[in-house]
Amino acid sequence: MNGFEWMSPGSVEQAARAASATVATAMARRSGTPAADAAVLKAGGIDLLDLMKEGLLAPRRLINLRTLPGLDRIEPAGGGLRIGPNVTLAQLAAEGRLRTRWGALADAAGGAASPQIRQLATLAGNLLQRPRCWYFRSRAHHCVRKGGDTCFAFAGENQYHAIFEHNGCAIVHPSTCATALVALGAGLKITDRAGAKRTVSLEEFFVLPELELQQENRLASGEIVTAVELPEQRASVRSVHLRYAETESFDWPLADVAVVLDLAEGVCRKAAIVLGACAPAPHRARAAEAALTGQRIDEALARAAAHAALQGAMPLSRNAYKVPIFEALVRRAILAVLAA
Amino acid sequence: MLDKTPSDGPDAAQRPEADTVGPYAVPITLRVNGMTHTLSITPETTLAQALREQLDLTGTKIACDRGACSACTVWLDGAPVCSCMVLAIDVGAREVTTIEGLAAGEALHPVQAAFIEHDAIQCGFCTPGLIMSCVALLRRNPRPGEDEVRTAISGHLCRCGTYPHVLSAVLAAARAAES
Repeated sequence: MNGFEWMSPGSVEQAARAASATVATAMARRSGTPAADAAVLKAGGIDLLDLMKEGLLAPRRLINLRTLPGLDRIEPAGGGLRIGPNVTLAQLAAEGRLRTRWGALADAAGGAASPQIRQLATLAGNLLQRPRCWYFRSRAHHCVRKGGDTCFAFAGENQYHAIFEHNGCAIVHPSTCATALVALGAGLKITDRAGAKRTVSLEEFFVLPELELQQENRLASGEIVTAVELPEQRASVRSVHLRYAETESFDWPLADVAVVLDLAEGVCRKAAIVLGACAPAPHRARAAEAALTGQRIDEALARAAAHAALQGAMPLSRNAYKVPIFEALVRRAILAVLAA
Repeated sequence: MLDKTPSDGPDAAQRPEADTVGPYAVPITLRVNGMTHTLSITPETTLAQALREQLDLTGTKIACDRGACSACTVWLDGAPVCSCMVLAIDVGAREVTTIEGLAAGEALHPVQAAFIEHDAIQCGFCTPGLIMSCVALLRRNPRPGEDEVRTAISGHLCRCGTYPHVLSAVLAAARAAES
């Protein structure tokens, strides 16, 4: 790891003014050498230290958000919940208020990484973590996402890569909390250097490579996520997040699915179904949502909806196996919500 | 031209804002196993490195150095964390507990004794971290079921494959504490 300066800002605004780059902009270089003059923000620091230890990021200064007061609380807000960006995955997994209606988020947080990492990793850091693509994580591969010319996955080892929307870059979005939060209709509150605040839905926050090749989201330099907002859900809403991975602990999943259903006596009033680990951004399965809406859900309909969710998948040379895994997971998640 | 070594630090006039330190060595205070230590570290020093290299607390092991194996598990304010992914400068006032802090003098912690009794150690490299996770579990939940022990140790890699013996050691330690 490179040496760096360590800044302890007194406020979010001071931290935003001190930040010269996002992790993504500090990493995207024509030369393949990470920027040496960047001042970047650090919360839990898990992905940041990983990138720095691998020599993929070499900032001049880290700005520590972890100790800023008030960013690690979960509070009721207008019938929903406001979650501070520094709330850890362990806090979320143990949060009783998330059960049932927002259960998908607790499931996703509790299934991520290891117990040790969950104590340190923050929700905002989880949403902003860089992809796990092994070409992206390899110093020897100057890929498009780091400012190079090639996505090595298309002609290479792509068994863990995208099956949807891989236009120019075949990463999958690494955050399972993002899968759950997009399905729950969550939004982000963001503050910039000038202190201006904006709110963006998480679904619009994440971007596909055809729009932006070198970052996975619309966070600009000097912007800080100050809250994740969970909107109010009717008491009849239930949600589930399921993952399927090669190992039961400490691994990013091969497939993950969040299903949020509003059910009135077995009839689905509203459905949100989001697939993670299948595309460069969380992937909304609108055909599956349409298949359930207004219908009485049984196993046959869950199966049909799961099949619809995978229509249009474009597997690469080595990842067609993911399609039936996703189908099974979508079906199981729908049935799990019915049973919740 | 001034001849400077990295530990000298820049001139006061060139120093950035008062809230910024490094990249030169910085004095910090660490509370470890009930003792307060003052040490001098550069900001990139991890807690695991500071414990091992500055405080000679070499019971904490570094294997992957990426938070993926949990060999470096210590407690921060009682919660198990991977000390290789925590910067020493970021520990602040939080209390660090390492494997050296479990025994009472020469008397091993009951979980340490149970690991020996149940042969839950082979090469031993992952053992201090595993014990830190298991003791933390029993403090939180004195009567865990097998699934809870499995979850508590799910971050640990043991390439000797001692997991079944670790399970029996922890469950036995819990039973012994109950009786």
